[in-house]
Amino acid sequence: MFSGFPLFPEQASSLAPGVDGLYFFLLAITAFFSVGIAAALALFAMRYRRRHADERPGEIEGSLALELTWTLIPFAICMVVFVWGAVVFFAQNRPPDDSIDINVVGKRWMWKLQHMTGQREINELHVPVGRPVKLNLTSEDVIHSFFVPAFRMKKDAVPGRYSVAWFRATKPGKYHLFCAEYCGTEHSRMIGQIVVMEPAEYQTWLQGGPAPVSPVAAGEKFFTELNCVTCHRGDSGTRGPILDGVAGRRVRLQGGQVVIADESYLRESIVNPSAKIVEGYQPIMPTYQGQVTEDTLLQLIAYIQSLKGPQAIAAGSPAGGQR
Amino acid sequence: MSNASALQHHFESLEQQKESSTLGMWVFIAQEVLFFGGLFATYTVYRVKYPEVFAAASHHLNVTLGAANTAVLISSSLTMALAVHAAALGRRKQIVAWLLLTVLLGAAFLGVKVVEYQDKFEHHLVPGPSFSGHVLHLEGEEEKQAQIYYSLYFAMTGLHALHMIIGFPILLGLAVFAWKGRYGPEWSTPVELTGLYWHFVDIVWIFLFPFLYLIH
Amino acid sequence: MSAAAAPLVPAPEFPKRHYLNADYGIWSWLFTRDHKRIALLYLASVTVMFFLGGAYAVLIRLELVTPPGDLVSSETYNKLFTAHGVIMVFFFLIPAIPAVLGNFLIPLMLGAKDLAFPRINLLSWYLYMIGAFFALFALVHGGLDTGWTFYTPYSTVFSNSAVIPAALGIFVAGFSSILTGLNFIVTIHKMRAPGLTWFRLPLFVWAHYATSLIQILGTPVVAVTILLVAFERVFHFGFFDPNRGGDPVLFQHLFWFYSHPAVYIMILPAMGVMSELVTCFSRKRIFGYPFIAMSSLAIAVLGFLVWAHHMFVAGISVYSAMIFSALSFLVAIPSAIKVFNWTATLYRGSISYQTPMLYAFGFIGLFTIGGLTGLFLAALGLDIHVTDTYFVVAHFHYIMVGSTVMAYLGGLHFWWPKITGRLYPEWWARVSAFVIFIGFNLTFFPQFILGYLGMPRRYHYYPEEFQVLNVMSSAGASILGVGYLIPMVYFAWSMRYGKIAPANPWPATGLEWRTSSPPPPDNFRETPVVDEEAYDYTVPPKEPFLV
Repeated sequence: MFSGFPLFPEQASSLAPGVDGLYFFLLAITAFFSVGIAAALALFAMRYRRRHADERPGEIEGSLALELTWTLIPFAICMVVFVWGAVVFFAQNRPPDDSIDINVVGKRWMWKLQHMTGQREINELHVPVGRPVKLNLTSEDVIHSFFVPAFRMKKDAVPGRYSVAWFRATKPGKYHLFCAEYCGTEHSRMIGQIVVMEPAEYQTWLQGGPAPVSPVAAGEKFFTELNCVTCHRGDSGTRGPILDGVAGRRVRLQGGQVVIADESYLRESIVNPSAKIVEGYQPIMPTYQGQVTEDTLLQLIAYIQSLKGPQAIAAGSPAGGQR
Repeated sequence: MSNASALQHHFESLEQQKESSTLGMWVFIAQEVLFFGGLFATYTVYRVKYPEVFAAASHHLNVTLGAANTAVLISSSLTMALAVHAAALGRRKQIVAWLLLTVLLGAAFLGVKVVEYQDKFEHHLVPGPSFSGHVLHLEGEEEKQAQIYYSLYFAMTGLHALHMIIGFPILLGLAVFAWKGRYGPEWSTPVELTGLYWHFVDIVWIFLFPFLYLIH
Repeated sequence: MSAAAAPLVPAPEFPKRHYLNADYGIWSWLFTRDHKRIALLYLASVTVMFFLGGAYAVLIRLELVTPPGDLVSSETYNKLFTAHGVIMVFFFLIPAIPAVLGNFLIPLMLGAKDLAFPRINLLSWYLYMIGAFFALFALVHGGLDTGWTFYTPYSTVFSNSAVIPAALGIFVAGFSSILTGLNFIVTIHKMRAPGLTWFRLPLFVWAHYATSLIQILGTPVVAVTILLVAFERVFHFGFFDPNRGGDPVLFQHLFWFYSHPAVYIMILPAMGVMSELVTCFSRKRIFGYPFIAMSSLAIAVLGFLVWAHHMFVAGISVYSAMIFSALSFLVAIPSAIKVFNWTATLYRGSISYQTPMLYAFGFIGLFTIGGLTGLFLAALGLDIHVTDTYFVVAHFHYIMVGSTVMAYLGGLHFWWPKITGRLYPEWWARVSAFVIFIGFNLTFFPQFILGYLGMPRRYHYYPEEFQVLNVMSSAGASILGVGYLIPMVYFAWSMRYGKIAPANPWPATGLEWRTSSPPPPDNFRETPVVDEEAYDYTVPPKEPFLV
């Protein structure tokens, strides 16, 4: 492979070899059948070419055995590829527990990223090699898609909801970041790079620059400023559920439904509080839609997730309701 | 009866022509089902997503008017069926009478619809910048969800009404041809097929009414 | 005429009266109800649209020769690829084979005088023209920059371009497509000649039957979806905009519920053409007739169950993604069955290399690659990487251009003598078939590699390491463009100067070859009676019915 004219993308994440393995398998299948069909066509075309104008070849109706063969073999191959693809897909959709969280907000036409330690970046993301990195994606306007070819990773950032993607970089270096979902005029400029660094280098990078405010700290500030504290702290009586340790747990709702208090649920509970009422509480909370930006929402959620309570106070939560 | 002229040149027989037209109308209705199906699918998705708001928003609809309108529309189906029956027997004046009555009932339905729309307009329930959840006691995010309900309400009932409006000139045209004596025992397919269309439009309403007005 | 049917009449003569000279003047065309004339109206319109869409493609490929977006602005570039997609999908690919070849041939193949509803057929063409007018209006008045997919909320809230006229155009053209499908279904059910049972039908007719089912059941859904987009954009109704409580992903579900089956509207008729070409030029009954017929229906049915495979990265749940992935693999099977059966048809045949057969060979090869690369996209884990990249672009061009356009051109050559009564120049036709095949592969094969490297779709500006492959692609596109222009020239030439064609020049089976070339206004002097199976090439060609 030479640099000016690559034919194959760099492999720089733990997921890439799995994706590439499937790719090469399918390439082999494609080559086998394309060449096979082309060879058969060429062979028949030459061997049985028309030799005189009123030639009348005999009739061949068909063959059930052959039909079954070329139905069942492709079917079997397809099912193998399906299962293989699903296995890879599961890995892509299961972020490890020990991952570094990054909040990502897409906006025409830039990527805004924030580390849990507070550093903000635009169109550039610094991550350490070898550590899993989990992205919480959303968008402020239209649908974008976070695509890092070297990591074989892509996920849409959809306004009004969160999506999750993850990767573990395996090789230090700089890699393309593209927006893969068409988002308007400067779509092709909504690009950036992922800078994968050695862990020590990464620590130095984290410490450089002005002391940042971590999303948790920022979230705590907003939690007070927006008066969340008046209902959701231990000394506030029973107006709202206490949020210590609620994140990631199962919560029983009015009507008996049980949901996991993940990012999407927490977000919904802030912007649309009456959608899912926790059992035993009244729908009295006003909506914060419009009062908080996507950034602030992510910070509030980071703060709520940082509240590690020993006991779950959210009603009806069964013991050990961890994911 | 001028049946010979009813046969178009590319058909072998009136029977073939009739069968073809009937199948054509059924296929047309199949595509209509899918057309409204897209709307009902959208409705279902949001109903499941926002059940409380949809229930609250639907309370503002006037069930009495809706029920009355349902009765009117079912009656128009009946008069349409009677027109088809009269056409099959070749009773010229009866066909015209039943067709005109059908148009009249359809117009009554639309009249009531206008009254209902006007009410929504006055209460700022028409989706858009002036939409307000005030009368529903909804605000913020819920107001927006109520707007989705009313967006669907207007889209669905509006497209249904449009189907009725398209039906009127067809019914009136049939009445003119019936007056001229075009339809009789051997050839009454146009009346029959318009009947199919009209019944289909009624059935759409039979689904719209409970979905929009009754389910709380 | 002698009773022992000789394969060719020595010196074919132009019939005295045929559909082209039955009537004269512009009105005799604009108000015609003859399916053959309406087919020619469509032929003229889709050809114009094809070259217009092609002109946009030329500009796109020119822009992509260099990495920085230096030829046109980003805004213009976005309008170019949108225009290319909208024109090619809605105004060329969807109507091309059904409305031109299907319209012309289905009544002939069935032994009928016309389609069941000639006036509705004409209405379809007018709706198509009105739709095209609105779409073109949108393109000149502000352009359209949403991509042909109209994803929300971009299309309903953010785009500053002419979304409404374009949406209206697609909406109207959609009804043209629905009415064509309706006409075909009724005609195939009710107007077959005596003796022409379902399993004696040409596979071209089966393919169009399956296509029509999709047109009837899919198109209304996208019509209503586009209507909702228009309501949201114009009246600020809330359906898909998250700021109005809507769900933008719901739009994608509704859109792809039609637009994935729409792919089969484009490819199924092409498969029908293929079955006719392969049998005629290998002079053999098709291998596995019932399997090819039923696989068309299987594609039509399964095609409705796979739409969400366009949305694997859009945030649908892992389990629904798995279901849609599995179903997507299933739809590959009937396509594979067809390819194997066509290939097997050649076995022990009598194969001639006339132009339509060259296109058929090209089709089989390109469709095989296009189909197999579809598996890459159906495989969940792999789709994550290649979706929304040039891999997808390459894949669907192999299907839509490499397969559908190849079959369309093959079919046009095959039936050209029937349509015009004249033969096209064989040498030129073979040359252009080769040029198109080579140009096509050079254009689109590099895009597979670009896609896997990670070049996203709809990029006006791209990193430098992608340039070599992009230049190759653009070079191929110029060859392809020349390849498409050659047939334009010789087809036009042949209409006046081509050799006069006999009723059955190839010779082929099928009722359309048993009437004069060109056929009389009512197709057959008397209603044909069918007493043989389809594609019976064991006997010498039958005499034409008296004309």
